Amino acid sequence: MRQRAIGEVILAVEDVSLRFGGVRAIADVSFDIRAHEIRAIIGPNGAGKSSMLNVINGFYRPQEGRIVWKGQAHRAMRPYLAASTGIARTFQNIALFKGMTVLDNLMSGRTLKMRRGFFWQALRYGPALEEEIAHRRRVEEIIDFLEIEHIRKVPVGRLPYGLQKRVELGRALAMEPELLLLDEPMAGMNLEEKEDMSRYILEVNEQLGTTIALIEHDMSVVMDLSDRIVVLDHGQLLADGPPEVVSRDPAVIEAYLGVAH
Amino acid sequence: MLYRETGQFKTSYAADQAVFPIRQDRIGLALILLVAFLLVPVFGSSFFLNTMMIPFLVFSLATIGLNLLLGYAGQLSLGTGAFMGVGAYACYKLATIFPDINILVHTLLSGLFAAGIGVLFGLPSLRIKGFYLAVATLAAQFFLDWCFNRLPWLYNYNPSGAIEVPTRMLFGVALTGPNATPVTRYLVLLTLVVVMTWIASNLVRGWIGRSWMMIRDMDIAAELIGVRPLPTKLLAFAVSSYYCGVAGALMVFFWLGAAEPPSFSINTSFQVLFMVIIGGLGSLAGSFMGAAFIWILPVLLRALPEMLGVTIAAATVEHVSLIVIGALIIVVLIVEPHGCARLWQTAKQKLRTWPFPY
Repeated sequence: MRQRAIGEVILAVEDVSLRFGGVRAIADVSFDIRAHEIRAIIGPNGAGKSSMLNVINGFYRPQEGRIVWKGQAHRAMRPYLAASTGIARTFQNIALFKGMTVLDNLMSGRTLKMRRGFFWQALRYGPALEEEIAHRRRVEEIIDFLEIEHIRKVPVGRLPYGLQKRVELGRALAMEPELLLLDEPMAGMNLEEKEDMSRYILEVNEQLGTTIALIEHDMSVVMDLSDRIVVLDHGQLLADGPPEVVSRDPAVIEAYLGVAH
Repeated sequence: MLYRETGQFKTSYAADQAVFPIRQDRIGLALILLVAFLLVPVFGSSFFLNTMMIPFLVFSLATIGLNLLLGYAGQLSLGTGAFMGVGAYACYKLATIFPDINILVHTLLSGLFAAGIGVLFGLPSLRIKGFYLAVATLAAQFFLDWCFNRLPWLYNYNPSGAIEVPTRMLFGVALTGPNATPVTRYLVLLTLVVVMTWIASNLVRGWIGRSWMMIRDMDIAAELIGVRPLPTKLLAFAVSSYYCGVAGALMVFFWLGAAEPPSFSINTSFQVLFMVIIGGLGSLAGSFMGAAFIWILPVLLRALPEMLGVTIAAATVEHVSLIVIGALIIVVLIVEPHGCARLWQTAKQKLRTWPFPY
């Protein structure tokens, strides 16, 4: 069961519009994410879901609207601001550091938490080494949680797809985020891997209280995991509400399945 | 049989993160250092020191410099020769303006000038990548080459256009200049190279090295984790150029004794680049292997007929050695495109599991 009940709004997207030249990727969309909940963003291909995540963590700058994150209103987020204030994400088509080991990939998630400067790093002695080992200890806990102990020294590029997805989740967890954005965490996985991944997502949410926003196409996963669902279509907000309401919404059914006219 | 880690248990993360977690590797390193610090100076002839070991160390340092930039941070630079030149000329100016300060201090300071210039020419790296960045650093190469030729202040208005190394002492022993013995110069060089290699290995294993590799492997993901691309890339340029600059200063002061602009031409840049590629991108040990491959091997090949007592015309030896080296480079790159360092890694892995295949 959840350690922490769903709380106040932690992030609000307000009237955001994003255009690429003449293409409107997101048109005047507003929704919010509450603390400790699992929020799903669904919609057909090209609906603007990934663009929305990119807006939230500052990779895209929307032309209109604003993001209210932890009570602070931002015209647009910035990648550094997002990362340093507790937003982490995974990518649809894995964006791991292929030449680095699993351990280094996870350690990379701790970069912003490392304080010792150039001088101590050059000596790698005393405080710098203590800091490195303290972070290693935290990373090992994540390795343990995700059951990837056997591959910690393997370069990520050599791992199969399912494990890479898991390592990417681990890297995001290593940042100890308050808000975790997952872009299709189960794309291309078999049933067993999907079950594993669902378990990890639920455990992260329940044990650590991490707020999760996820994009996913597997409707059974979305309906089972999420507390509330945003539906986007052609960049517009189609529906917003709990799974049982959204799944019966005629507009949603039309967008997904098409309706005989 | 000799290379087994059976029974060597790691009980702390510190032990697991050591550069050489396996005991045999530590013994090997100790042996190499023993040979380098004791046997080579005692038994090495001055020909051996002057033509092989001293240049090898100089190029190893420059290769480590470029490897930090190219192998770790993924930024391609063709300005290595010029950055070495900046270090050399800076050291020359410092040594002639402040003759009372020790030459070793000047050598270490001269790297800072190279670092500054390196950062300046590293600025375009925020916007351009790969071959395009290489072209931008090529501009640095040609511009600085021009400076070394055309600014007489840099070579103290010497009519020959060359910089000549003055004699400098430490504790009554000549370190540089015509009176310095090869053994002294070799030992000073070796100490500096060992210390700087140790520092480089510390840097690349901490968060600084990781953020360089993050930028190299996937810059977008690195940015979303909170690594700021420009400071990270510029730090890589600064550290890399510092190493190259010190290597340049050492090259003139502890090896050549005098230098003209062609010593720091585009050829030098390419030579160091080849050492990085042959040795292995992103490997400090590989930097030494690459420098040995490109510098020591040709010298050995040229000396080979004489050692065997065969008389061949000097020109023929020169040509044959070029052909052999070229062929060897191709062979290495076909067998292992990741360079000597990866070959060595594979060999070690095979040794660990021998006689079983895995």
